[in-house]
Amino acid sequence: MRHLLSAGDLDRDQALLILDTAAEMAALSDRSVKKLPTLRGRTVVNLFFEDSTRTRISFELAAKRLSADVINFAAKGSSVSKGESLKDTALTLEAMGADAVVIRHWDSGAPYRLAHADWIGGSVVNAGDGTHEHPTQALLDAYTMRRHLRDGKGALEGVRVAIVGDILHSRVARSNVLLLQTLGAEVTLVAPPTLLPIGMETWPCEVSYDIDSVLPKVDAVMMLRVQQERMQAAYFPTAREYSRLYGLNGDRMRLLPEHAIVLHPGPMNRGMEISAEVADSDRAVMVEQVANGVSVRMAVLYLLLGGAKELSE
Amino acid sequence: MSAYVIRGVRPYGEEAVDIVINDGVITELAPVGTGKGEVIEADGLIALPGFVDLHTHLREPGREDAETIESGSQAAALGGYTCVHAMANTDPVADTAGVVEQVWRIGREVGLVDVRPVGAVTVNLDGKHLAEIGAMANSAAEVTVFSDDGKCVHDALLMRRSLEYVKAFGGVVAQHAQEPRLTENAQMNEGALSGKLGMVGWPAVAEEAIIARDVLLAEHVDSRLHACHVSTAGSVEVIRWAKSRGVNVTAEVTPHHLILTEDLVETYNPVYKVNPPLRTKKDVLALRAALADGTIDALATDHAPHPHEHKDCEWGAAAMGMLGLQTAFSVVMETMVEPGLLDWRGVADRMSVQPARIGGVESQGQPIAVGSVANIVVIDPKAKWTVVPEALASKSSNTPFAERTFPGTIVHTMYAGRPTVIGGVLA
Amino acid sequence: MGSARAHDLRTVLSGDDIARASRRIAHEIVEKAKGASDLVLLGIPTRGVTLAHRIGKAISEIEGVDVPVGALDITLYRDDLRLRPTRALEETSIPDVGIDGKIVVLVDDVLFSGRTIRAALDALNDVGRPAAVRLAVLVDRGHRELPIRPDYVGKNIPTSPTEKVRVRLSEIDDMDLVEISAGGEE
Repeated sequence: MRHLLSAGDLDRDQALLILDTAAEMAALSDRSVKKLPTLRGRTVVNLFFEDSTRTRISFELAAKRLSADVINFAAKGSSVSKGESLKDTALTLEAMGADAVVIRHWDSGAPYRLAHADWIGGSVVNAGDGTHEHPTQALLDAYTMRRHLRDGKGALEGVRVAIVGDILHSRVARSNVLLLQTLGAEVTLVAPPTLLPIGMETWPCEVSYDIDSVLPKVDAVMMLRVQQERMQAAYFPTAREYSRLYGLNGDRMRLLPEHAIVLHPGPMNRGMEISAEVADSDRAVMVEQVANGVSVRMAVLYLLLGGAKELSE
Repeated sequence: MSAYVIRGVRPYGEEAVDIVINDGVITELAPVGTGKGEVIEADGLIALPGFVDLHTHLREPGREDAETIESGSQAAALGGYTCVHAMANTDPVADTAGVVEQVWRIGREVGLVDVRPVGAVTVNLDGKHLAEIGAMANSAAEVTVFSDDGKCVHDALLMRRSLEYVKAFGGVVAQHAQEPRLTENAQMNEGALSGKLGMVGWPAVAEEAIIARDVLLAEHVDSRLHACHVSTAGSVEVIRWAKSRGVNVTAEVTPHHLILTEDLVETYNPVYKVNPPLRTKKDVLALRAALADGTIDALATDHAPHPHEHKDCEWGAAAMGMLGLQTAFSVVMETMVEPGLLDWRGVADRMSVQPARIGGVESQGQPIAVGSVANIVVIDPKAKWTVVPEALASKSSNTPFAERTFPGTIVHTMYAGRPTVIGGVLA
Repeated sequence: MGSARAHDLRTVLSGDDIARASRRIAHEIVEKAKGASDLVLLGIPTRGVTLAHRIGKAISEIEGVDVPVGALDITLYRDDLRLRPTRALEETSIPDVGIDGKIVVLVDDVLFSGRTIRAALDALNDVGRPAAVRLAVLVDRGHRELPIRPDYVGKNIPTSPTEKVRVRLSEIDDMDLVEISAGGEE
């Protein structure tokens, strides 16, 4: 593995290797000294063209726990906002000796382009590109589900997952559908038809417009953030109607089987896609998702950078 | 002007002759070896009327770093063209007599092809106010084709008015059919792949709905409509239906829409970013069939040079468009001639006769016959060549066909009786 | 695996030898620690962990008390990470009693350059502060590259640097055996 660009690039063994490695990383994180010397002398650049403090901090902590040098390169307040191209930014980072670039970009495919355009030699980790993918989010979600539903071991065969919300614009949903399928889970996407992409019938999942009929049959439900501004583009009439039809409130949560968990990639719109009662309930695993995110990102950075460059491909 | 003889060439792939040219006109089709004049060897090669492009972006004035009238003319001549229609979306926009005359005049000075300026339909392509169509038509450039290409004349009333207005000058409105609201920030064909790649989709209906509206408007006001770069099977159906009703509509298809499909977008390489976007295999096959049966009248390159930095970047930031002039014939050869969809007379019709007719260029598209203006392209259908982007005459190198090997080369081009290309290089 | 290679295999410890060595090491550990009360055995994956469990069992048979046995993966502390493809991590499990103030016995199958043990000492440092760290190995094959010395050795086996020492344990390999083969291919 040289880059992590799409959850779809991972086969079952690779995905399990990342999850198993993350589990070891998580165990190490319980110790008094949380730092490992593994990536000493390696440089990881967090190249963020979009604001995402959570994801950036998570990657930063992961890299630092492995003793990598971390540079945060935010588009805001840098030459990028003055119009420097992705290419020139990449060439700059290459000259500085970046071993890995963790990139968040508004443009779908920008990480793929960065990895394949011959601008840099290091590894590229997709930390979210446009409305395309966010593979480490899918990995941390799978890790979280595995812990709760499969005792932290193996894959997710037979686990039933509902992903609810703005599928059309969600990189989290795309990565999750691909990874969960690889791991053997059964996915149902739930959204109003306006927020589902054309051509969904080719995706390896079920689609429903009716959340109430789906919830009783799932082991995990993942609520996606719905941007208020989508209303302006006529995706749905009002936040109130969206919340009434697709939001997860206390009554709906009680439709879930006893053991089912509630995930959310954050940040949450309380009162919109998820009610405070659900967000604060003991089925909600959002806080744990954050902690697992660090372990998963440590695993990814280790697996990408922990070996010889020419041999790890 | 001196006399030339194109020796041993086969017009339309038929019997070999010597084409004798005097003072810019074909004066004799003589038995091989008997024609008098400066000999241009073409033993066994094929002669067709010089190609006419209805849709070329020469970028001058304004983006001379991407292309100039001179470099574009060179690319055209090397691609077998003797006439190009220079699109209006320059900077400044070709929306006044002054700009179109300037383009026309520089084209004449370069002298490699007829450069026929296309006039803008609306001022500054803003879609709000009609440009001075009459002034452009009556200028030295004698503009007959009007287009806001790059943008759609989406206001139905304005489109109606422009269709009506050009009737006074025998003009035609060439519509870039793209419903703007359905294609806001659109990046690629809308379908399963756009959903997978997380790109904003460009639905076929955004093109088809405008063409459907415009053929009905053209029928209603009894005017001429030309549909630019038709890219979907649905558009073909609409045009076929309109023609069956007797609507005065013509249509063009680009070479790239005859050969490339949307799956190339999976590389996120912006060299494949184009407007309209690459579509599906089904669309490609429908377009080939439509060009073969004449539903689509003409091939048009939509040659769209862009400087390197507008393509060597991430997809969303990249410009839309591809080079086309020097690869157009080979694409037709591979997609239409070799599979038997078009014979040589068919190629002459779709690449020369029809575009000349649509563009109203009398001196172009004439048959290879005594008395015709000597606009001639000589082709070697057996030769193969490999596209090297940097070696193309264009100032830009954004061809989607880098490294690709194609059948068919342009050997000689005669423009108005004078060789512009001899042996595959500029004369 | 060619026949030529099989021909070069040389058995240096039999199953009985391994069993005797493990029991002897258990006795020595108890003797030196003056009992088993503060002992923690940490095996280095993969076969060091198996050996640690065997020695732990032997000590509890001798002393009548259970000795905490765990595993210490040293992959993330290796000094040769960049020379090889990325390695998968092995299990680390520190017994609940922890290692602070304990006598930690590191257990590995073969002691060679000493770099593994160096990495293990670094790893231990991040886990806690033992009263003492000792080292038990089944085979010491020489060729140390660091100033590291085992406290308990099953058998010293002189080797050439290119030879390969292969330890097989029945829990993993269906038999107990230590073999040496000529170096070269892996």
